[in-house]
Amino acid sequence: MDFQVVVLAGGTSKKLVPLVSKEVPKALLPVANRPVLSYVLEQLELSNIKDLIVVVEGADAALCVGGWISAAYVDRLHVEVATVPEDVGTAGALRAIAHHLTAKDVLVVSGDLVSDVPPGAVTAAHRRHDAVVTAMICSVPVSGLSEAGSSGAKDKTKKPGRYNIIGMDPTKQFLLHIATGAELEKDTRIRKSILRAVGQMDIRADLMDAHMYAFNRSVLQEVLDQKDKFQSLKQDVLPYLVRSQLKSEILINGAPQGQQAKENGNDKVSYRILANASTPSFHELYALGPNGSAPVRRTHKCCVYIASNSKYCVRLNSIQAFMDINRDVIGEANHLSGYNFSAQNNIIHPSAELGSKTTVGPHCMLGEGSQMGDKCSVKRSVIGRHCRIGSNVKVVNSVVMNHVTIGDGCSIQGSVICSNAQLQERVALKDCQVLSLSTSVFLSLSSNEYL
Amino acid sequence: MGAQKKRAAAAAAAARVSEDPDDLARQPLQAILLADSFTTKFRPITLERPKVLLPLVNVPMINYTLAWLEAAGVAEVFVFCCAHSKQVIDYLENSEWFSQPNFTVKTIESHNIISAGDALRLIYEQNVIHGDFVLISGDTVSNMSLTQALQEHKERKKKDNNAVMTMIIKKSKPSPITRQSRLGTDELFMAIDPNTKQLLYYEDKADHSKGTICLDKMLLAENPSISLHNDKQDCYIDICSPEVLSLFTDNFDYQHLRRHFVKGLLLDDIMGYKIFTHEIHSSYAARIDNYRSYDIVSKDIIQRWTYPYVPDVKFCGNRATKLERRGMYRALEIEQSRSAQVGSFTVIGYGTKIGSNSKISDSVIGEGCTIGSNVLIEGSYIWDNVIIEDGCELRHVIVCDGVIMKAGAVLKPGVVLSFKVVIGERFVVPAYSKVSLLQQPTVHDSDEELEYADNSSGTVEFSSIQGTADQSNGEMTSESSEAHKPKLGTGGVGYIWSICEGGQEEEWRHSVAPIPEDKLTELSEAMDDDQELVTQDRTALSTSGELISDSNASEGDDNEDSKDDSVYFEKEVEATFLRAVEENVKVDHVILEVNSLRLSYNMTSADCAGAVFYSMMKLAIKTPHSSAIGLLTLYPSPFSMVASNAYPIYLSGELQQNTANIITTWQKLLKSYLLEIDEEIEIILKFEEMCLESAKEFSPLFARILHILYDKDILQEDAILRWADEKEGADESDKVFVRQSEKFIQWLREASEEED
Repeated sequence: MDFQVVVLAGGTSKKLVPLVSKEVPKALLPVANRPVLSYVLEQLELSNIKDLIVVVEGADAALCVGGWISAAYVDRLHVEVATVPEDVGTAGALRAIAHHLTAKDVLVVSGDLVSDVPPGAVTAAHRRHDAVVTAMICSVPVSGLSEAGSSGAKDKTKKPGRYNIIGMDPTKQFLLHIATGAELEKDTRIRKSILRAVGQMDIRADLMDAHMYAFNRSVLQEVLDQKDKFQSLKQDVLPYLVRSQLKSEILINGAPQGQQAKENGNDKVSYRILANASTPSFHELYALGPNGSAPVRRTHKCCVYIASNSKYCVRLNSIQAFMDINRDVIGEANHLSGYNFSAQNNIIHPSAELGSKTTVGPHCMLGEGSQMGDKCSVKRSVIGRHCRIGSNVKVVNSVVMNHVTIGDGCSIQGSVICSNAQLQERVALKDCQVLSLSTSVFLSLSSNEYL
Repeated sequence: MGAQKKRAAAAAAAARVSEDPDDLARQPLQAILLADSFTTKFRPITLERPKVLLPLVNVPMINYTLAWLEAAGVAEVFVFCCAHSKQVIDYLENSEWFSQPNFTVKTIESHNIISAGDALRLIYEQNVIHGDFVLISGDTVSNMSLTQALQEHKERKKKDNNAVMTMIIKKSKPSPITRQSRLGTDELFMAIDPNTKQLLYYEDKADHSKGTICLDKMLLAENPSISLHNDKQDCYIDICSPEVLSLFTDNFDYQHLRRHFVKGLLLDDIMGYKIFTHEIHSSYAARIDNYRSYDIVSKDIIQRWTYPYVPDVKFCGNRATKLERRGMYRALEIEQSRSAQVGSFTVIGYGTKIGSNSKISDSVIGEGCTIGSNVLIEGSYIWDNVIIEDGCELRHVIVCDGVIMKAGAVLKPGVVLSFKVVIGERFVVPAYSKVSLLQQPTVHDSDEELEYADNSSGTVEFSSIQGTADQSNGEMTSESSEAHKPKLGTGGVGYIWSICEGGQEEEWRHSVAPIPEDKLTELSEAMDDDQELVTQDRTALSTSGELISDSNASEGDDNEDSKDDSVYFEKEVEATFLRAVEENVKVDHVILEVNSLRLSYNMTSADCAGAVFYSMMKLAIKTPHSSAIGLLTLYPSPFSMVASNAYPIYLSGELQQNTANIITTWQKLLKSYLLEIDEEIEIILKFEEMCLESAKEFSPLFARILHILYDKDILQEDAILRWADEKEGADESDKVFVRQSEKFIQWLREASEEED
């Protein structure tokens, strides 16, 4: 398979402060006590992709990530860790590692993607249409708590967020329009020229770009070279390619064109068969002259692969998403976690110690070597390794990372407690994030504060 | 029993619409047929005969519509006649439509109606529609079944009382090159909810200069999924609830069914009325809107897409016609020479004679025509009793009743010959010309807006003409033939209508003739250029590094607009002010005028203050310097001054004096806009800008004029100090004037401290 895989693992994302730090870059945030990056790597491994480049922003973060990968995947994957400066953006990161890319196509995956969509399906769709870019699209995740928790009622009334406005052709194979970010707040403008070419465009506001792209390598590099101001794949490169698909500017100069022509000559038949296309796509029709003569216009194809609704696909790019993913991976999407669940539908490491009358409910996880006192109750939460939890502690809808000490009588709801934190006795936390580094908390806090 | 009684009572109470499904089913289906298209596309033919009576494959159009309505289960049809109403009513009275068992046809006549909206308002007043009805115009050919669409409409209506209309649409992709559909109508953009089929957006008469469709953000917020269509054709068959009529009455400005009514409902979110669509797939529906659709629909009929409404099936008093192979239809009693060749997809009407060696293909020949020998007819529509002499050539033309073509005449593609025109021997009628016995009406403003008015004048004018024409037909023709002999050759009778300006370009779009090849190439090249422009814009912007999206780009335009606006505004204010000075207008009046300018340009009072101040300072420069007239001749215009330093000191003293005078005179005007400190700062900034750019003469005087402004209470010390503070962090070049007024500022600071 002539595909190179680039995993963009990011650095210390600002959105995720305070969860991330120099020691814990975004890629290593625990999801069900495993770094989030491992979910992507495992999916790639399942698709039999073993050679990959992991791009990390910042030298410190790269060191951490590299260390972890070499320890965890030493004989399973061949991983190259590349370091790029911080804040270069996704496009900048690819520009920086351009010299590593040699294959015909490049699969770019975001390192924070927790998904069970096979990357192979995306690459196959890409190959089938000989597209310049194929983007994976999934339905917008339902944010908030699925079970009626403390703040559940409030979250339920909230509409699912909108991430993208995506226009596709009726067969849902080609990407015709994409709006991200600030554009969502404005009226949507659809170009008539593309609508004329296609005839019908389906516009969806309930889908989002999952940040897994297959690019034609030469096209990608050309775009990155020519548009040196492009920072982000999602916001610059992809929209640019989508916009210019009927009036392609790429492949015009240099070798790619000749190469393309040759490839077309050789592989045209096989592409046709693969595409199952007795009828040519609108791109080809559009490219033809008025009398159906030889192509007069240059077009390129932007494709989509839509993950089915039964697949799980969420990006860990906000604190809310961090909570949601942790909940889902031990809850409804537990096949992702790779653990075997007990009869009670939870995972308690054999080395964990539970006090008397302590209950651990379903959809919970208790890490290695953690201790819990008497009369504790854990519901829908993840507790990391080597935590010491006192008696009469309630943990609901929360994530407790490693080496956390929690005093007696604490109540923790909807919160994240980072590694090495210490909670004094009788602390009540609700919707908080507690930073690590031996912070001692002896106050009761509520709603979205962090220390 | 009780329930039934109750139901009967309820039905009696609500005589108009009943919720009960049984009652709905029992309610006989009604239809409104508009026997007037309220457009002028079929002129000059429609000056003499109403469009609905024009023969379509030898059968008047209205018969197709009525036959379909009858077959679709409509019980009662109201035919609304306007232009040439007498002809329509006469025709219907003599036809079999008034004597059908389960199908009543009633006519409603009106002469002062100029649009479909008016017609529906009139029908509402007559109170004859009692339930759902089909709204259709008399030039529609269809064979679809209404059952399913009607069912859907009723079910929706039961669930949601606001679902007032169901529009029938059909797939038909417009050509991306000509941007018009196969029927010659403009391309149509629609947004439809794929699940409910609700119509969310409708744009015909597309503005080609606008390259994008703008969907309101609310639309997407409410509907997560929308299908945008460019490949559908509006069949102009609507199933309406009775509310539609009252809506037309409520909104008395609705004229056009689509442009006003549909768009009005889509934009109006207060009442929440909804329009839905029903797509037909296998059946046929098309409206004859222009000559091109006349051509296309005729071909469809000949090729039997409209079955059972085809020439060889008797559906409404059409003469018996036999279908032969290769799509050739021949009526009885045709005299055809042995050597004449009649090609495929041709219809020959009753009693027509065709001479030897003539070739006819893809054409429709009416009844009682006489065609000489060696005539070539291709893709043309020849109506009844036409005489075509030997050696004529006709390609893609329409020839109306009673036309005589003398030997050797040639009609180029796209020609339309109206009734009884005579073409002289060997005369060549140029492409796309329209020839009529009637002179072209002089009213030429066939703007979209004026179309209705134009039309009405046309009909009125016509009736008068017809009156005289009937009386003195012979006289008139002889007269015109004398006057215009050279125009249509020897023995020719008729006027060639001049094509109104701008129309020539577009003539090919709606003609019966196929679009010429070179036009297509030209257009596709133009399209490429379009595309190029669009992408060039894009790339130019995106290489500048910003994240450019369509919306951003447009925002940029907006900014430009507002910039232009502010320049205009400034000019207007200046003009107003100068006039006030010249004519000695009272300050209060000037304030009023500037206020009205402010409202019309949507400016803030800071803008006003800036503009007024700007005009005052300009005036100060222009005011002749009393003691320096001699010098002024040396410097004919103070604007020619390059460097401000070169400005003589004594002149600047003058200038200062002038400025002070003007400020004193007009301080009231300026003060009326200085509501808050922000406006005062705006003035200082404006002054600074002027000193740097447009009026450098002031730059040495900056501090002094600032002082004057302070003395006159126009600027408060707060404003000056804040301005100084703001400039603190600015570039050195920006600080020139702060420097200059340093002493003054210093003094102000100390003064305020003392006060404290």
